[in-house]
Parts: sequence; C-alpha cells; structure tokens
Amino acid sequence: MAYYLKHYTGRPTPLYYAKRLTEHLGGARIYLKREDLCHTGAHKINNTLGQVLLAKRMGKQRVIAETGAGQHGVATATAAAMFGLECEVFMGREDIERQQLNVFRMRLLGARVTPVISGSNTLKDATNEALRNWVTTVEHTHYVIGSVVGPHPYPMLVRDFQAVIGHEARQQITEQAQRLPDYLVACVGGGSNSMGLFYPFVEVSQVKFIGVEAAGLGLNSGQHAASISAGEVGVLHGSMSYLLQQADGQITPAHSVSAGLDYPGVGPEHSYLNDIKRARYFSVTDEQALAAFNLLAQLEGIIPALESAHAIAYLEQLVPKTSREEIIILCLSGRGDKDVQQVSQIMEDET
Amino acid sequence: MSRISDKFSQLKSQGQRALMPFISAGDPNMETSYRLLLELERQGADIVELGIPFSDPIADGPTIQRASQRSLKNGTTVDDVLELVQRVRRTSQLPLVLMTYYNLVYHYGEERFVKAAVSAGADGLIVPDLPPEEAWNLLKIADAQGFDIIFLLAPTSTPDRIELVSKSSRGFIYYVSLTGITGARGELAQGIEQQVQAIRAQTDKPIAVGFGISNAAQAAQIAAWVDGVIVGSALINIIENYLEDEQLLVKKAGEFINSLKQGITS
Repeated sequence: MAYYLKHYTGRPTPLYYAKRLTEHLGGARIYLKREDLCHTGAHKINNTLGQVLLAKRMGKQRVIAETGAGQHGVATATAAAMFGLECEVFMGREDIERQQLNVFRMRLLGARVTPVISGSNTLKDATNEALRNWVTTVEHTHYVIGSVVGPHPYPMLVRDFQAVIGHEARQQITEQAQRLPDYLVACVGGGSNSMGLFYPFVEVSQVKFIGVEAAGLGLNSGQHAASISAGEVGVLHGSMSYLLQQADGQITPAHSVSAGLDYPGVGPEHSYLNDIKRARYFSVTDEQALAAFNLLAQLEGIIPALESAHAIAYLEQLVPKTSREEIIILCLSGRGDKDVQQVSQIMEDET
Repeated sequence: MSRISDKFSQLKSQGQRALMPFISAGDPNMETSYRLLLELERQGADIVELGIPFSDPIADGPTIQRASQRSLKNGTTVDDVLELVQRVRRTSQLPLVLMTYYNLVYHYGEERFVKAAVSAGADGLIVPDLPPEEAWNLLKIADAQGFDIIFLLAPTSTPDRIELVSKSSRGFIYYVSLTGITGARGELAQGIEQQVQAIRAQTDKPIAVGFGISNAAQAAQIAAWVDGVIVGSALINIIENYLEDEQLLVKKAGEFINSLKQGITS
C-alpha cells in the first residue's frame, strides 16, 4: 500500500501555505492540503487503491462503485485498471449529464458506466443500485464504497484509508510551523476527505474540526445537502446517521451544485463527532461555493473542485474570528478541471 | 400462537403449503389494495405480505420499486397502511405480514409501531435492512405483544447465520432463493432444496421461500421442499398491466393467485 501511495498516487501531497489567500482574508495562516494533486485529481484514490488491493486479496475478479461527481468512479476505474480487475460504475443519469468528462475518463479506463434512473437520479440512487448489484454478484465482486458511509465496516475502512491525509498533514505542519494547527476545515458530503483529515487529530482536543456541508439554494429552500445542519437521525444504506428526510422517514433528495456533495446522508462517525461536540458542522450555499471557486483560482492559481470550494467559502466566516498567529489546515480534496464546463455554463446563464 | 403460526400448523396437518403473495399497499390506491386483499384470500392466498412503501427500497428490483413509487405518489404513510389492515380485519382472519424498511419503523418508534400494528390487526413484520444483531429491542417489544418479527436467510448464509436467524425469527423463516433482489426470473435458482435442508437441520420453524418465483410450475416445484411460497414481483407485473382498469386488475390478480394455488396444492 505504501508503495502504491508513493509511486502511483504521488504521495505525500504537499501542504501549501496559501499566502495570498491568507493576506486577502487577513486572519489565521491558511495551509492547503493538496489532495487535488493526487493521481486522478482527488483524494478518492487513497481509498480505492486500498479497497481494490483488498478485493484482489479476497480473490474477487470484479469491483463495482457508485459515483456522484465521478471522482470516486474514476479512482475506482483507475485502481481496477492498474490491478487488472473488471469494473462497473453506477452513476445517476443527472450526474452523467453534468459530469461528462469523468464519464469519458471512466470509459477510457476500461470501466462500464451504468446510468441509474430511479429516485432523484443522483448519488443516493447510484448507491441503491450498486448495493442491489452487489447482493446479486457478491460471490466474485467487491463493492468499493467511496465514502465513510454504508454498512459496517465501510465507514471505518474508508476512514482508515483516508487517514493518510491527516497523518501527513500533522507531520508537515509540525515541520513547517513547529506546531499543530488550530483549525481543520474540510467539505462534507458523505465525509471521506474530512474524516481522513480529522481522524489523526481526534485525540488532540485543542485542534478544532470544522466540516462544511452544502447548503445548495439555502437551508430554508429545501434544496440542499446539509444532513447534519438540517437533517434528522435515521437509517439508510446500512448505518445510522443524520439524513435528509420527511417527518415519517421517507428520504428526500439532496441538492447541491456539486455532484460529489449531493447525498442525503453523512457518515455515522461524523454524526457522532457532531453529537459529542468534537467537530462542528456549518454549511455554505451554491452561490458562496461558486464565488470561492473563482477566488482561489484568482488568488492562488488553483482551480478547486466545487466540493472543496465549499470549504474555501466557509473561510470567509471563520477567518475574521481568528488571529494572525493561528493556523488553519484546509483539505483541498480535489481539483476543479471536472467542473470547469459546468461552472462556465452557470456563468453564461447568469450573464 | 399467532395467526401466522396457526396457519402454518393448520396447513401442515393437511399436508399443504402456504401461498403467500406480496403487494405494495396503496398501489395503485388504497381502495384497490383493500379489494385486492379480499380477492387474494378468496382465490387461495394463505398469508399476505403487505409492503409499506419506502423511498429507497434497496432489496427490491425494478417491479417493486415502481409499485412503491406509485403508492408514494399518493402520499401513502404507515398510518394509511395500518388503516387498510384494520379495514380488512373487520371481515377477514387472513394473516397479514407487514414488510418495510427500518427507517420508517425507526421514525414511527419501535414500540409505537408494534402496538399500532397489533391493534390494527397485523400479525408480523419483515424488515430486510434490519439484521437480527440490531433487532434485539424490536424483538423484545414484539414478543411482549405476540407480534412476529421475521428474519431472512440467503444462499450465502453461513451455518452460524442460519443458527442465529433460526433462533431469532418468529412465525416463519424467510429464505431468499437467490443471491439478489426481488423480481420475477425465468428460472429458479440452483440448490434451493439443499439450502432448505440445511436450515431444517437447525430448526422446526416453518420455512417460506421468496424472490424470483414467477409462475405456477415454479411455485409447485418449490412447494415440494418448503412450508410456504412467496410471490411478489410476478403478481405486481400483472397489477401493472391493468392500472387503467381497477376491476379487471383485481380479477386478473385473483386468477393468477388461483393458478399458483392449483400449482402448489397436493
């Protein structure tokens, strides 16, 4: 595993001091954990390499995955290609339309992309379909879940594979700043990049954890994906966590401009960290995320994924409450190449 | 003894098997479901599984997904389904097993759900996404009310699993005939007889087999090995063909159940 993370994924990823962003916001020093520089463009590969290796060890010939933005699908297809396993990715029809570049990448990598037409045609429905396929093919197939969700042991398994983010960040900040950070900030859909960053700091109580959910068109609009900020406890896909649902327990479709956050649930461990007040969860709207997408591109020359742009956007609220001596590590979970077409369409529609 | 256990022992003493159709309550509407339930009983159904529709039915194939969606479009709630049960119970002793996903039970409250179901006249509950390890509280509540919680086994179940489910399940054991989701199939899965024997070696409880059973010939074949035959998607496929004419829908569904009954009667 260590070998592949180093020579294939390109780890360790840099911890980059974002000087101009820090000056612009005028408070704590902001360091970006550059998961966008991982092979395939996001942190998802940390988990898929681990799970595909497990699949190989278990003697499975085929892997399946669900995907929203397509990043997890691409990362699974990549690991499957490298280890010589067959791969099928389930993706909601709506997501296929808004993430065509990733669909093409998966096909180039030899994966079959199966459109899912049920419910809201997004990540939740792709997850349903992958689970249905898995119970049918479990003899020879491993299901590579992409986030810290699903039945036990997936939330732990994915967390442990993603914890490399936090382990590296901890060592890097100690080298660069000779101390630990005050805040960790990351976006939360299912919550894999945030859990990966948080987990190695969980015992260090002075390091504050902030998860940023997608508020979509606003928490009051009913069109969002903020499961912790605005959901209720329930059971979906084999685990208990905060979910977007009606009063009687029917699941409501999520909405976010970012396909990767468009999920009506969140990892059970995030729900737990919230309940014991170890982590705090906030949300930013589609509009705020889009502004942050532009801001980071212009100030730092880094085009973030729309998912990661949610974390950046929250800095506008957090940084004014911090001092210049404090340190924030933000997980830049992915790069925005996949989103450029969608964002240019949105900007065109607005003008 | 519950209505479910009574039915199985009565059939056993006659050398017969239970025919157990599944419908989704409220598909296409509650009035039709009411008339369907009475017609299914008239045509030979011994126990009926009544689905409470859920937005994300992960154990179900496209047929039951569509049935759930049709019902949910009418805004069907748990209370609506219990009202239907109550209405049927006024004139019928047909054993009724509710089937739904755990989030609906959780939100209703486990104790409140069981009490409401019992007082409406329902006899049991199947929750495919609730394994016995997580069901101890629900089981305790249900046992106190004489309400059967039914657990599932599959071809992939290990001997330990068979033991746990055999011990936990009340009323009967639901054996899923194939590795997969609900839906009519052209052919029966391999090895059903052997698997059922492996379960029999561990328990005296009745065993009903479901998933993938589509016609009278398949039902007859399975009936030779088990105590109950469950048919869901194949029945809903018929319902789906007559959505425009509810009278005909009820009649055709009844005819299908009658043909299955002929198939399994020895």
